[in-house]
Amino acid sequence: MRHILSILIENEAGALSRVTGLFSARGYNIDSLTVQTTEDATLSRMTIVTHGSDDVIEQITKQLNKLIEVVKVIDLNEAEHIERELMLIKVRATGKDRDEMKRMAEIFRGRIIDVTEKSYTIELTGAGDKLDAFIKAIDPAVILETVRTGASGIGRGERILRV
Amino acid sequence: MEISGAEIVTRCLQEEGVEFVFGYPGGAVLEIYDAIFKQDQFKHVLVRHEQAAVHAADAYSRSSNKVGVALVTSGPGATNAITGIATAYMDSIPMVVLSGQVGTPVIGSDAFQEVDMVGCSRPIVKHNFLVKDVRDLAATFKKAFYIAATGRPGPVVIDIPKDVTMTKCVFEYPKSVSIRSYNPPTKGHPGQIKKAAQLLSEAKRPFIYVGGGAVQGGAGDLVTELVKHLNVPCTNTLMGLGALDGTDPNFVGMLGMHGTYEANLAMQYCDVLIAIGARFDDRVISVPSQFLSNPKKIVHIDVDPSSIAKRVKVDVPIVGDVRHVLTDLIAVLKETGLKPNPDALGQWWKQIDEWRKPNCLLYTPSTEVIKPQHVIETLWKVTNGEAIVTSDVGQHQMWAAQYYKFRRPKQWINSGGLGTMGFGLPAAMGAQLANPDAQVACVTGEGSIQMNIQELSTCKQYHTPVKVLSLNNRYLGMVRQWQEFFYGTRYSESYMDALPDFVKIAEAYGHVGFKVENPADVEPVLKEAFGPSLKERLVFIDFRTDQTENVFPMIQNGKGLNQMDLPAHMRGMQQVPFDNNRDYGNLA
Repeated sequence: MRHILSILIENEAGALSRVTGLFSARGYNIDSLTVQTTEDATLSRMTIVTHGSDDVIEQITKQLNKLIEVVKVIDLNEAEHIERELMLIKVRATGKDRDEMKRMAEIFRGRIIDVTEKSYTIELTGAGDKLDAFIKAIDPAVILETVRTGASGIGRGERILRV
Repeated sequence: MEISGAEIVTRCLQEEGVEFVFGYPGGAVLEIYDAIFKQDQFKHVLVRHEQAAVHAADAYSRSSNKVGVALVTSGPGATNAITGIATAYMDSIPMVVLSGQVGTPVIGSDAFQEVDMVGCSRPIVKHNFLVKDVRDLAATFKKAFYIAATGRPGPVVIDIPKDVTMTKCVFEYPKSVSIRSYNPPTKGHPGQIKKAAQLLSEAKRPFIYVGGGAVQGGAGDLVTELVKHLNVPCTNTLMGLGALDGTDPNFVGMLGMHGTYEANLAMQYCDVLIAIGARFDDRVISVPSQFLSNPKKIVHIDVDPSSIAKRVKVDVPIVGDVRHVLTDLIAVLKETGLKPNPDALGQWWKQIDEWRKPNCLLYTPSTEVIKPQHVIETLWKVTNGEAIVTSDVGQHQMWAAQYYKFRRPKQWINSGGLGTMGFGLPAAMGAQLANPDAQVACVTGEGSIQMNIQELSTCKQYHTPVKVLSLNNRYLGMVRQWQEFFYGTRYSESYMDALPDFVKIAEAYGHVGFKVENPADVEPVLKEAFGPSLKERLVFIDFRTDQTENVFPMIQNGKGLNQMDLPAHMRGMQQVPFDNNRDYGNLA
C-alpha cells in the first residue's frame, strides 16, 4: 500500500543521504522524496512517498526514528491529510496544438509560465493523480519534457508536525 | 588559552576517562599522534593492522563497561577499519573510532589517501561525524561518546580533517549533552509490564530467551533473579552466553542453528516466551513461520523499537532499558505473587528433563586423535570456567560456545552478528588490557588465526599474555562441514595446503609455542600454559584435531527448530510437540 511519510530532520550535511541510504540498504522503496528547510533553519522537512505492507511501513518508520538526526516521523496516511505536487511540463505548441494546449491547461487549472513560438511550459499543481491525468489527457507526441517534484504532504486541521 | 585541534582530541579522550587508544599512525593523523606523544594520561597501543585496532577496542569494550577507542589515518587506514566497525555494529558494541581525513580545502579532490569515510561507514555505524570546524570538535566528542554508550549501543565514527587538527581554539569540554532528536528509552511501559506478568501467570510452558542485549545492558543478575524467582527454563543466544550461568540447572544451553536439543525444542514448544535483549535472528529461530507454527504468546523486551516486530510479531512489546524493565517486572511479580501454575510447570520441567537426558552434546572420545570438544572441556576445567574466552569464526567458535559453560556476562567475546574471521586474537589483546589480572583464552582455528596473526607482534610489545588455542583440523572446518552435508563432499577450496609451523611462528614473535597431537597431552599442556611458569607469556597451542568432526546439533537452512540434525547417538529421535495429556510420571 502507498504511504506518505513526513519527516522532521536536523538540517545538517549528510542527513539526506542517511535517509536514502537506509532505504536502499534495507530494500525499501522510495517513490518520491521532497526536502526543504522549514521556517526554523535548523530543521528540514522531508516528504517520502513509499509503498509496502503494514509490517514494512512499521519497520521503515522505526528505522527512520532510529537515525540520530531524525527528530520526528509521522505516517500521514494515519489520518486526514492533503498532498500536493508541482509539475512543469513543456509541450509542443504549434498549429492546432497551440490552442488545444492552452485549453487543456485551463481545464486542469494550470498556468502557462513560458511561451515560445513552438512551445508552452505549463505549471500544474495538485495531487499526483491529477498530474497523471493531465499527462494522459494530452497527446503524448506533444510532450517535450516533464519535471515533477514528488508529493509534499501536510496533516489536516490541528494535526501538526513540529518540534 | 587556545590549543590545537590535535590537543583538543587528546583532551577530550582524557575527559572521557579513556585508558587505551588502539591505533596506527599515518599522514592525516600526525598532529594527533604528536599530541599523544606529549601526554601520558592514556596509553596508545600500536597494532599491526587497523582492523585489529578496531577489534581490540571493541573487545576492550565488550569485556568492560567502557567505550573502546580506535584511531586510524585517512584512506587505507580508514577502510581497513571498516570490517572492525561493522563487527561492532552488528553486535551493538559501544565504540568511538577516530579517523584522519585530508584537509578540508582538498576534500573531494581525490587527494592522496582520501576516502569518504563518512560515506563508507554510514551503513555500519550508529552515527558518524565529519568535523569541519575546530570549534565543533569538543562538542562532537561529547556527543559521540554519549551516542555510542546509550540506548542500543554502537560504534560512532569521528572523521577529522588534518587542518582541523592544526587549527587552534579555546578548549572547553561540555559538561552535559542533550540531543533533541535522540532520546534513548529508559523505563518500560508499566501497563505492558503488568501484561507480561499476567501472561507468565497463565503460562503452562514458560520459557526465557536471553540475548546480547542483556549482556550489554548489564542485566545478568536480573535475568538470574527472574529465572530463579519463577523457576523457569532459560536459554541464552550466542551473544547472550553468560547472562545466566552456564552451569545453572535452569539453563538449557544455547539455542539456534547449533543450539542444544532441549533449548531448541523448548523454544519451539513453549506457550509463553519472554525475549530479553534478543532479536529473533535467522541463526536463532531459523524460519519465522516454522517457529510460529506452534502457537505461543511472546513478550519482547528491547531498548531498540526497531528490533521488535522485525522478524516475528509479538504480543507484548516492551521498549526500555533492560535493567529498568526487568527490575520493574520482578517487582510486579513479587508484589502480585503472579507465578506460572506449579503443576503445569512441573510437567514442563519433566518434558525438558526428558529432552536433556540423551545429552545432545555427547561426543565419541578418542585416545587416538584430539577431539576439539575435549579441548574446550579441558580448557574449562583448567581455568575453572573463569577465563575470558574470545573466539574467531567457524566450528571452533560453536564448540567454544557449546562446551565452555560461561559463568557470567562479558566473559565470552565473539563476533556473533557479522561473523568476522580474524577477530579472536586482537579481541583477546583488548580483553587482556581491560582485565589485566584475568586469564584470557583465544579459541581459534588455523584458518581464522591467519587473518590477523600479525597481532602476535602487538601482544609481545604490550605484554598481553593471552593463551591461543588453535583447533587445527587442516580444513576451513565449517565450510568443510557444509560441503560434506550439502555439496556432495566436494571440498572446494576449504583445504589449506602449506600451513606454516605455528610453533616456530609463535617463537619468532617472541612467544611460547606448543604443538599437541596426542589427546593425553591436552590437559598437561593446557595446565602448563595457564600455570605459574608461563603466566607472563603468550602461549600459542597448535592442537592437531580430528579432521572430520562436525558440529551438532545443526539446523539446516530453511528448517525449523524441531527439525535438527542430531549427533550419531540421537539420530532419528522424535522432535514432536509436548503432549499435555501425557503422563511424565516415571521419567527418572
